[in-house]
Amino acid sequence: MSNDVAGQKRSVYEQIGGEPAMGAAVELFYRKVLSDERISHFFEDVDMERQAAKQKAFLTMVCGGPSAYTGKDMRKGHAHLVKQGLNDMHFNAVAEHLSATLTELGVARPLVDQVLAIAASARADVLNR
Amino acid sequence: MAKVKHEGQWYGLDEDESVLDGLLRHGVSVPNSCRAGACQSCLMRAERGEVPAKAQVGLKETLTARDYFLACMCRPEGELEVAGAGAELRVPARITTLEKLSDSVLCVRLRPESDFEYRPGQYVSLLRQDGLARSYSLASLRQEESLELHVRRVAGGHMSGWLFDEARRGDVLDLQGPAGDCFYVPGRPEQPLLLAGTGTGLAPLYGIARDALAQGHTGPIWLFHGAVEASGLYLVDELRGVQSRHTCFQYRPSVLRGPERVGVSTGALEALIEQTCPRLAGWRAFLCGNPDTVLSLRKKLFLAGLSLKDIHADAFLPSTPRPKVGAGAMAGAPDPSR
Repeated sequence: MSNDVAGQKRSVYEQIGGEPAMGAAVELFYRKVLSDERISHFFEDVDMERQAAKQKAFLTMVCGGPSAYTGKDMRKGHAHLVKQGLNDMHFNAVAEHLSATLTELGVARPLVDQVLAIAASARADVLNR
Repeated sequence: MAKVKHEGQWYGLDEDESVLDGLLRHGVSVPNSCRAGACQSCLMRAERGEVPAKAQVGLKETLTARDYFLACMCRPEGELEVAGAGAELRVPARITTLEKLSDSVLCVRLRPESDFEYRPGQYVSLLRQDGLARSYSLASLRQEESLELHVRRVAGGHMSGWLFDEARRGDVLDLQGPAGDCFYVPGRPEQPLLLAGTGTGLAPLYGIARDALAQGHTGPIWLFHGAVEASGLYLVDELRGVQSRHTCFQYRPSVLRGPERVGVSTGALEALIEQTCPRLAGWRAFLCGNPDTVLSLRKKLFLAGLSLKDIHADAFLPSTPRPKVGAGAMAGAPDPSR
């Protein structure tokens, strides 16, 4: 949950509408990353449903929703991508799309910033530093 | 080491070897076809031991609840006692007609000898008496007496060669299934439908289109059938007939190459769809046939604004010969995409 965002009683996840909102967000987000040549190769998957489920879990986590992800999982889950060259540029591109997705869904700027702050806190784990 | 017990005999599995590969390597006969978790021909039941979750992906709950699993996807950790999917899951069916739809496509009609529930567009495993198995999509409607399958002649293909050259009216085969979620669900009768397929990918689409019409679909239904050349197109007159009887139905055959023909477009299926139906957001799509075409179209349609839940894709995986050595040979097999 989002208790690591100081003073926040309700998570962004709850404020923007919980699970149904994540369902709407994931398709927008997935289209954006799949259309971005800088990062699309990290998101290509024969099984698009599985890929969408992973992204929904990611969106839920960064919005402070119920999530089983730990820093250790983030490291393990991205280790093979880091070997393929995953770096800050890619991380920033994903953050851009995350921000654009939430903005498109009408999420207020301060809430978007909170989400981006949670995402930023995962940078070291994602990039296996 | 992982071990499998079958008919009272224990067989050792090599590292990362599937139950299917292990049993075949030891000379045990198990029906199988795609070896990639899609066709469900290699269905088996666990009598004791732990079945990995991956071996039950895509199976109906009625099957997983009874410990059925796919032998080709099953790499057990320890000991597993298994039995072949027995007669309880199979329905005998008698061939009623064998009719050539083109030089390379045979229409096989079969009458099940007991109740066989299915939706047009789903697929079944067809098992010959000697255990040879292949899966085919259903082109018929439930109210029809016989099931209709379209069989493409595959060079050196065991089942297709037999059906083309040797099978006779009255021959009995077993059906197992059906499986797959590429079928029409009523409820949004005005939603435009895009049906696109290559080769015998037309079989499920032919069933789905007629099923949608029979269930009162009123929105536009576009059926694109692509072939390499004109000889690969079939049911052309029937589909033109459907089009003349239903104003909402549009049939668009196309070929990759060959001389110009009236009513047949030349070019890639994807380009033709893009040209003919430029605004696809909000549509429902059914994609069947060649895996590369199906997967590439699915991505294009998703990017064009279709929701993933509105895209039903059935990539036809070829049957895969048994690997010469047990382990590792499955590494290159594609993920099932159903």
